[in-house]
Amino acid sequence: MGAIATTGNKGKGVRSDCSVTLELTDQGGIQLQVTSKVAVMYGDTIRKETLEILNFFGIKNARITLEDSGSLSLVLAARLEAAIKKLIPGERNWLPAMLEENRYTTAKDRNRFSRLYLPGNSPGLMINAGIHKPDGIILDLEDAVAPDKKDEARFLVRNALCGLDFYGAERMVRINQGERGIEDLEYIIPYNVNLVLLPKCEKPEQLQAVNDRIRKIQQKHNQSNPVWIMPIIESALGVINAYPIASCSGNIVALAIGLEDYTADLGTKRTPEGTESFFARSMIVNAARAAGIQPIDSVFSDVGDMEGLRQNVLRSKALGFDGMGCIHPRQIVVIHETFAPAPDEIEKARKIVFAFYKAQEQGLGVVALGTKMIDPPVVKRALNTINLALKMNKLDENWRESYEQI
Amino acid sequence: MKTGGNRMNKFDKLVTNAAGRIVPTIINGKPAIPYMGVGKYKPEGFRAAPKIATCADYPADGNKVVTDLKEALLKAGLRDGITISTHHHFRNGDLVATRIFDIANELGIKDLVWYPSASFPCHEPMTKYLEDGTINRIEGSMNGALGRFTSEGKMKGLGVLRSHGGRYQAVQDGEVHIDIAVIAAPTADSFGDANGVNGPAACGPLGFALADSQYADRVIVVTDNLVPFPCLPWQINGNYVDYVVVMDQIGIPEKIVSGTTEITKSPDRLLLAEWSAKFCDEAGLIYDGFSFQAGAGGTALSIGIYFSEILRERKWKARFARGGSNKYLVQMLEEGLVEYILDGQTFDLQGVRSMRENPHHTWTSPFTSYNYHGKGNFSSMVDIVILGATEVDVNFNANVVTHSDGYLLHGIGGWQNTLFGKCVILPIPLFRDRMPVIRDQVTTICGPGELIDVIVTERGIAINPLRTDLIEKMKNSSLPIKTIEELKAEGEKICGIPAKPKFTDEVVAVVKWVDGTVLDSVWRVRS
Repeated sequence: MGAIATTGNKGKGVRSDCSVTLELTDQGGIQLQVTSKVAVMYGDTIRKETLEILNFFGIKNARITLEDSGSLSLVLAARLEAAIKKLIPGERNWLPAMLEENRYTTAKDRNRFSRLYLPGNSPGLMINAGIHKPDGIILDLEDAVAPDKKDEARFLVRNALCGLDFYGAERMVRINQGERGIEDLEYIIPYNVNLVLLPKCEKPEQLQAVNDRIRKIQQKHNQSNPVWIMPIIESALGVINAYPIASCSGNIVALAIGLEDYTADLGTKRTPEGTESFFARSMIVNAARAAGIQPIDSVFSDVGDMEGLRQNVLRSKALGFDGMGCIHPRQIVVIHETFAPAPDEIEKARKIVFAFYKAQEQGLGVVALGTKMIDPPVVKRALNTINLALKMNKLDENWRESYEQI
Repeated sequence: MKTGGNRMNKFDKLVTNAAGRIVPTIINGKPAIPYMGVGKYKPEGFRAAPKIATCADYPADGNKVVTDLKEALLKAGLRDGITISTHHHFRNGDLVATRIFDIANELGIKDLVWYPSASFPCHEPMTKYLEDGTINRIEGSMNGALGRFTSEGKMKGLGVLRSHGGRYQAVQDGEVHIDIAVIAAPTADSFGDANGVNGPAACGPLGFALADSQYADRVIVVTDNLVPFPCLPWQINGNYVDYVVVMDQIGIPEKIVSGTTEITKSPDRLLLAEWSAKFCDEAGLIYDGFSFQAGAGGTALSIGIYFSEILRERKWKARFARGGSNKYLVQMLEEGLVEYILDGQTFDLQGVRSMRENPHHTWTSPFTSYNYHGKGNFSSMVDIVILGATEVDVNFNANVVTHSDGYLLHGIGGWQNTLFGKCVILPIPLFRDRMPVIRDQVTTICGPGELIDVIVTERGIAINPLRTDLIEKMKNSSLPIKTIEELKAEGEKICGIPAKPKFTDEVVAVVKWVDGTVLDSVWRVRS
């Protein structure tokens, strides 16, 4: 009897996954047993791909059982490789082809209203995530993955980064804390991850370690694409160190807060009003603004309560946040609609910006709306609103022409 | 021409029909006409007619109650080889249909034809009667376990799949002669008048039993709520009824009004619903006074929610909704967003209540809604029809009865009939797990592509090239309009190219078109 490795998920409610049981043997060749929901359509493909992968890793004798609930090739491959590497660790990787459409990079100041968390070991939730058009998707290697599944999740997340199309969403991964998190980078940095979320961030040194490893991996792979960092502040110490963290490196683009852990650290509970986290949220906003990056709010966890979510977003926006996390695709549209400038905000901004342009054309130093003087910061905010409205298709790009005629 | 004559005329004389499909022209020993195209087959002559009855043969006091179902069946002439019809008003809570065949089996009766309007998982016990020869075949629908049984070639006779409208057509033109119709009725009087809106097993309309009441040799009404004459409203008239049977319980209420008729929580399906509604709006299909087909599936229900938002905002009303009703549709009616519900099948108690109380909520039958031999029917008058499918092909042909693995798993229901609506939209995922939904050719054709206008998937929307009007209207749409070939390629890029199921050369069932011609064959799965 050789050692046995099992990976993947099976059972009621599991879809698009494959459970693998692998036992290395001394003789008898490859004994492969496949049960699959899609056996008629893909039974032969599954067998062929399995044998190819075993051969790639030099396995000649093994007993393998696959219980497949309709997994895509890249999921099956991740499950197999994870099982194989549990028994024979090694450097070689079996990678799905990197989709051409996955090679994009993202801008430092792009919109980050919504970022959708996807548990890193649940392929069924990843496949269609991009069609809901979040600003970012987060393949989560940390809290959404059970401790004994964290190794196999790395292969799944890596393969998803290569072969799943997220349709333009910023491709993010939340790594683990500490040394495991640094190791996680090996599985994601070479595969065009756009942004790394760093949980439980308390000190700038943590970022240093992450950035050092990212540089090393990129050098090894001869890559220079930007990899942004979003530290998540989840403790009292992190809140106190928010500004040093936010400003310690040029590739930090946003600072997020995680309220579940933070309130636990304070020894209090999260309430709908959020009084207990008011200080922390304000700290995050101030630290981020001081560092010139985006402050990002925590998730709203009642996925059934859309009105509660909307109220929450309004409070976030009022505090100065630029976005928040979401844990269900239906939250995305509410978050976008609520963070987007409201029609009356746009109208007001239009008047101000139009007056500003008029004043510029006429060489006037002072912007006035009717008899009222407009201060420069108000103009700046109005310009931001207009830019945002344009970005979100809330305003026609030729708005000035139509405004001219009024 | 190939023959299958050694199979005792189960099927014979295969030909290729106008849909390009190989179909038998002998089915269970009787001649059948291959599909000729939409609206091409126009039979002449006269409808089938029921036997002349004489009122003198029936009790003058109107009391037709007999001791039990067994006595009623024996009096009605239960014997080998006859056709017995039942109906699916109680859906998965039906306690009557299986009871009939229990009795037939006890009496040693063989070779019956079961003619249900639909079958449900609760009818799985019928497999043992198919195995022991009590039942020769099912003409109607073969769902779940019954479908699997059929696909594996275990049914003695050849299965025949018909739409709700096709069932009416087959009775009217004499293709199917019903010897005994058993109508389970939530409320009835001793004369046989019956309705579905009152009583513990209340289910709404009894429309699927209408043809049977009018054309069967013998009609038995079974109820667990006998009321003194008159039973009003009388959806079924006692004048057609031979015997009335009282049972303790005819249906399980919580399974009659199943909990599956809830709005979907799946974000992917909600997206399909949202895009479908948006498509309708951008294409100008929604207007003050429009009409739509209401379905029971989670996606179809959600589309109602999006329609409501649009109607409310513009202060418009739908003139009528046709199809199945439930609490969501009733809300629309009561809020004044829909003026009339023409109800063929009621999915929950709110629907039943509304039908009982609201004169704007009326029952319909396959005769008024779907019948091919009527002087017109409602289905072609509906503006927007939203349906599902297991598969669609690049010619927009669609399948609802088999899956891509070749197994028969569902009935046709009213699906074929509603294809005659003015715009037919199928919101379906591009793939299910790893099963692409858009194929080169569907495993089984149930609906010809010329009647299917739009496919809405989560990765794009394809408009049938025949609908140049819709293509023109959607030219500048914000929705992702693609060709069906592009969608197919996108699905296969994600899933890989699927192999086709392997079949033997044995036909196990046929799919009838709404006019009674043979649209396609279901083949035995090679194990």
